[in-house]
Amino acid sequence: MAQIQLRELRHSYVDQPAADSDWALKRLTIDWADGGAYALLGPSGCGKTTLLNVISGLLRPTGGQILFDGRDVTDASPEQRNIAQVFQFPVIYDTMTVYDNLAFPLRNRGVDAREVDRRVREVAEMLELDDMLRHRAAGLTADGKQKISLGRGLARSDVNVIMFDEPLTVIDPHLKWVLRSKLKELHQRIRVTMIYVTHDQTEALTFADQVVVMNDGEIVQTGTPVELFERPNHTFVGHFIGSPGMNVLPCEIADGRAAFGGLSVESVNAGAWRGDGGRLELGVRPEFVSFAPAGADDGIPVRVVKALDAGRHRIVETEHAGHKIKMLVPEGEAIPSDTAHVRFAPERTWVYRDGWLVTGEGAAR
Amino acid sequence: MSLELKRITKRVGAETYIHETSLVLEERSFNTLLGPTLAGKTTLMQLMAGLDRPTAGEIWFRGRNVTGVPVQKRNVAMVYQQFINYPNFTVYENIASPLRVARMAAQEIDRRVMHAAELLRLTPMLKRRPAELSGGQQQRTAIARALVKDADLVLLDEPLANLDYKLREELRDELPRFFADRNCIVVYATTEPGEALLFGGNTATLHAGGITQFGETAALYRRPADLVTARVFSDPPINTAQVVKRGGEIRLGGFRLPVGQAAAGLPDGAYVIGIRPHHVTPSPVTANAAPIEGTVVIAELSGSESAVHFDIDGQTWVSQSPGIHPFEVGSVARLYVDMDHTMFFDLDHRRVEGAD
Repeated sequence: MAQIQLRELRHSYVDQPAADSDWALKRLTIDWADGGAYALLGPSGCGKTTLLNVISGLLRPTGGQILFDGRDVTDASPEQRNIAQVFQFPVIYDTMTVYDNLAFPLRNRGVDAREVDRRVREVAEMLELDDMLRHRAAGLTADGKQKISLGRGLARSDVNVIMFDEPLTVIDPHLKWVLRSKLKELHQRIRVTMIYVTHDQTEALTFADQVVVMNDGEIVQTGTPVELFERPNHTFVGHFIGSPGMNVLPCEIADGRAAFGGLSVESVNAGAWRGDGGRLELGVRPEFVSFAPAGADDGIPVRVVKALDAGRHRIVETEHAGHKIKMLVPEGEAIPSDTAHVRFAPERTWVYRDGWLVTGEGAAR
Repeated sequence: MSLELKRITKRVGAETYIHETSLVLEERSFNTLLGPTLAGKTTLMQLMAGLDRPTAGEIWFRGRNVTGVPVQKRNVAMVYQQFINYPNFTVYENIASPLRVARMAAQEIDRRVMHAAELLRLTPMLKRRPAELSGGQQQRTAIARALVKDADLVLLDEPLANLDYKLREELRDELPRFFADRNCIVVYATTEPGEALLFGGNTATLHAGGITQFGETAALYRRPADLVTARVFSDPPINTAQVVKRGGEIRLGGFRLPVGQAAAGLPDGAYVIGIRPHHVTPSPVTANAAPIEGTVVIAELSGSESAVHFDIDGQTWVSQSPGIHPFEVGSVARLYVDMDHTMFFDLDHRRVEGAD
């Protein structure tokens, strides 16, 4: 188990990187505490796989350092780093039994037979594989194979970190729930540092205590799932996290108040804007938009465009002056059929300048 | 005018891939085949397309028996989860290829290619070759190619499964719109209940090589005919338990719950209940919400929603609610079951309704 620190990490696949876009990773600094559950979340091409390969030692970074427990491992081989990895497509020895598959990484390291047996049975019990230890891996379902793959990562007691690269992407939704829960439960039991790489916000937000959101080779925000949801640092985070993502609307600010389409909108941080130019936008999540009661005419007049039934709620798309405003309406609540007024929750409405959250003195809190 | 499967079956050797199945898909409809991997979705689509012949039964299309008519002789478009493109063609030519084969006028080809490219956000990549694209862009190229030709039947086999979450969300929104004004039948296969719900239209739930139910999507979701259908159409998984009804009371292990609207009028006896996670909440939502208690196994807070996994009567249930509701792992949580939204099944797992 280890604390992992990344210092000013940069990487380029180009020989002589010059332009900003030549960098797959642009100066990343991260501190991950020993025993934490972390996620790297971002769209494909954001640099998360590059980062994973740099941490595991498959790729030597162009610049910067990687420290495990304060020790510089930037030049250490993958074997020396002692990392367990679980991949999107499980790497399983089909001709071996489940038992031998789980035992493989331990036997490889010369662990004695009794200890191997103890660890294998312990891991099998945690993953509910104990009644199929004698089966051949070839006969297993996709989730069964991914369980073995997880089990192999967990079987070694000496690893510094376990890294998961999109481990549930090919798994059916029902089993995703089961495996994701299992993984979280296991982390609570064994407390090994775990890093989970994914483009799927649900997986990242439900698994990790801290999520690193990446875009274009940069960290856009690091925080707990709740922080990323309630106070997105950038409109990208607002959009990328949440389903649907945050509404982002053009706005102006006058006398410390934001206005959208000429209508005054209360926000947390309009008062912090210093009049220093830049593109101004309002961000409010669909969860924090609600219909004003019939007859009330405060708020923003909208036309109801459509409502999609998502089961537990409807995703309602409304429109004001050509701008889409999405909102969530719980199952069973009425939706106005044509025109209505919507309200934004003031304590969850934010002002952004050139994409970044406006911060500083003068914010409401 | 429709696509009709009349009592078709598909056997390969000793194995039955599709048990006797009948289904009618209407003209201009969007239909989702929903079921787990290996439930039979792909086999069923291959039969619909004419890529494969049923072992028994007939397939009719627009009033004509097309059983055994090969795919080449039918105007069908299909997109697979694993995308296929011509490696030597540009993205533009990949999308245009079926139209070139059909000898369409260049101007019309251009119009259609540009429209599909815009919808699938491929406009800046039209001059590139597939090898220069990301996996997601290659898949979008394959989807675009299927969309440009005015097929009578469009079969989409988990086409978004390999795409990024956010892109999937956008395309989910756009796809039905793309077909809205077209004269075709769309069939879309997915493992995800959420996807079926958002598409609306009709849904057929599949399980173990058979259709368990077919109907208007929202109605099927809220009124499944049996427990298998309810399970297939629930994400997170539906909570279930065996209970006993006695008078105005439901006994679930040591808990006594009021009967609620769903079961009013049912005879006393043993039942299986099914209740979706969003109808088990940290505070009572309706008057017929009854408290139960269980040990918290996991609490997942995404900001938007809280999911609490807890043990009740030897089983793990999930509660899903909007907002942030922290629960400590290992503690005993009190949660409220909305009895009005609880489904009742007999011991053969068919849903039963009280006379009200």
